[in-house]
Amino acid sequence: METLMAYVIGLLFAASIYMMLRRSIVKLVIGLIILSNAANLLIFVVSGLTRGAPPLIPEGTAEAAGAVADPLPQALILTAIVIAFSVLAFAVVLIRRAYEVVGTDDLAQMKDTDT
Amino acid sequence: MNLELVLPILIPLTAGALSLAFWRSVRVQRLLAVIATGLLLGVSIWLMRSTIAQGFLVVEVGSWPAPFSIVLVSDVLGAIMIVLTSIIGLAIAIYSLASTPPGHEKFGYYPLMHLLLAGVSGAFLTGDIFNLFVWFEVMLLASFALLTLGGERAQMEGAIKYVTLNLFSSAIFLSAVGLLYGMVGTLNMADIAQKVSQVEDPGMVTVVSLLFMVSFGIKAAAFPLFFWLPASYHTPQVAVSALFAGLLTKVGVYALYRVFTLIFTQDVGYTHTIMLWAATITMLTGVLGAAAQFEFRRILSFHIVSQIGYMLLGLALFTPLALIGGVFYIMHHIIVKTNLFLVSGITYRLLGSYELKNLGGVYRQRPYLALLFLIPALSLAGIPPLSGFFAKFVVIRASLEASEYFISGIALLVGLLTLYSMIKIWAEVFWKKVPEHVTDVSRLNGEVKDPRSWAFYVPVVGLAFCTLIIGLYGQPIYVLAETAADQLMNPQLYIEAVLGGQSK
Repeated sequence: METLMAYVIGLLFAASIYMMLRRSIVKLVIGLIILSNAANLLIFVVSGLTRGAPPLIPEGTAEAAGAVADPLPQALILTAIVIAFSVLAFAVVLIRRAYEVVGTDDLAQMKDTDT
Repeated sequence: MNLELVLPILIPLTAGALSLAFWRSVRVQRLLAVIATGLLLGVSIWLMRSTIAQGFLVVEVGSWPAPFSIVLVSDVLGAIMIVLTSIIGLAIAIYSLASTPPGHEKFGYYPLMHLLLAGVSGAFLTGDIFNLFVWFEVMLLASFALLTLGGERAQMEGAIKYVTLNLFSSAIFLSAVGLLYGMVGTLNMADIAQKVSQVEDPGMVTVVSLLFMVSFGIKAAAFPLFFWLPASYHTPQVAVSALFAGLLTKVGVYALYRVFTLIFTQDVGYTHTIMLWAATITMLTGVLGAAAQFEFRRILSFHIVSQIGYMLLGLALFTPLALIGGVFYIMHHIIVKTNLFLVSGITYRLLGSYELKNLGGVYRQRPYLALLFLIPALSLAGIPPLSGFFAKFVVIRASLEASEYFISGIALLVGLLTLYSMIKIWAEVFWKKVPEHVTDVSRLNGEVKDPRSWAFYVPVVGLAFCTLIIGLYGQPIYVLAETAADQLMNPQLYIEAVLGGQSK
C-alpha cells in the first residue's frame, strides 16, 4: 500500500510541476492545487499508514488499549488544507484580475516587470 | 507565564481585528496603526531586556508539557528580530499616514499591515516547526493582498510570479515537515534537534535538510531562486515595498539560521558548503543585476538579493565569528534597506518618477534629503563609521579566518560594486541637473504632491539615526550579536531551555 501511494504522490508532484510550467495562468493554478494535495498526501503516507482505532482513552486509564491511529498527521493535513484553500481562493481571484488587467492568460506575455 | 513573549503576536492580531471592526473609519485605523506599532516597540524592548536577563524565555501554550504543546521560545536572536520588526512596523505605520493613497486605506491596508506584522512576529517566536509553516502562511497571505492593492498591470504581473513561487516554496516546506515528522515523530524543534541524530539513515536527514534549504532559500531570495523578488518588489506603493524589503526575506534568512544551527548540524561539511557557494553567487548576481538597472526601486530590489548573500555567508561559514557577522548584518540591513525605499518614495513625490533618467536636481531642492539618502546608501556600501562597515568587516574577517580567500575577495568586490550603484543613484537623482525633456518637474505624474508632511521625514530621520547608532556605538550591539551567535553555536542550551528536565 505504501509503495503504491509513493508512486501516486510522485505522479501528483510530476503532474503539478508539468502544469505549472505551462503558459496559461489557469493551468498554473491547477498545478498549484495538485501540488498542495500532493504535499498533504505525502504527510499522510510518510507518517505511517496504520489502521487503528481513534485515539480515545477510556476514563480512568492512562493508555489506550490496542492499536490507535496517530492523530497528529491528520491535524497537520487539516490545517494545511485550510491554508491551501484560502491561498488558492486568493490565487483564483488574482488570475481573474490579472486576466482583466493584462488582457491575456499567456504567461509569456507578462514580462513587463522582468528585468 | 511570560507575558512579553505572547504580546508581540497578540498586539498586531488585536490591532488587525480592531482595524477590521472600524472598517469605515480610516481615521481610527490610522490612529490604531501608530498606537499598536508603538506599543509593539515598547513590548519588544521589554522582551529583549528579559531575554538578556534570563537567557531563554519559553511559554508552553495551553500549559501542556513541552514536546506535546506548541511552544513559543525567545532567544537573543529571536528577540533581536522582534525589536527590528517593531522598529520597521512603527516607521512604516507613520510613513503610511502620508504616503498611502486613500483608495488603499479604504480597502484594508492597515488590517493587512497588522496581520503581516503578526505573521512575522509569530515566525520569529515559535518553537514548533509546523507552527512556523502556519506563521509563514499568515505572513504570505497578508503580503499577497498588500502586493496587489491598487491592481495595476505591473502589480498583477509581479504578483503572479510572487504568489506562484511562494506557494511552491510552501509546498516544499510542508513536504519536508512531513518527511521529518515521519522520521523523528515530533514537531517541537528542540525535540527534533535531540532526536535527529538517532535516525538510522543519516543520508535521509541530509536530503530533508536540503528540502528545507530550497524552501527557505526561495523565501530568502538566494541564488538561484531569487528571480521573483526583482520582478515584484518594485510594483506596489512604496510603503509596502519598504515593509517587504525590510522584513519578508529576512524571515527566510532567520528560518535558515534557526534550522541549520539547531536541527541540521550532523553533516555540516555537505550542507554548509552548498550554502557557501549559493551565498557567494547570490552576492555577485544580485549586485551585477543592480548595476544593470536604471530604475530607483529595481536597483534597491536587486541589492536585497546581494545583501542576503552576506547573511547566508555568515551562516555558511559556521564559525562563531561568522555567525556574529551574520546576525549583525541582518540588524544593519533591515534598517538600512527600509530607509532607502522610504527615501525613494520621497523623491517620487518630488519628481513623479522612479526612472533615473527622469530624475535630477534633488540636491539643489532638498539638500537635507540628499544627506538622508547618503547615510543609508553609504552604510549599505560599507563605508566606516556607518553600520554596514562593521557588518561587512566581521563577515569578511570570518571568511579570512576560515581560509576562504576567494570568497572574501568576492565579498570585497561586491562591496565596491554596491558603492558603484549607490553612487549611480546619487549622481543621477541628486547631483545632475533636471533633465531637459522633463519640462514640468512637479507635475509629471499628475497626482504628485509636495512631500512636506512630517510623516514622510520622521521615519526616515529615525531610521538614519538607528543606522548611526549601530555604527557609532557598535560595541553594545556587537556584544548582543555575540550573545545571539553564542546561543546559536550551542543548540544544547536551546534544547535544555525548551524541554527542561526531559532532555538528556
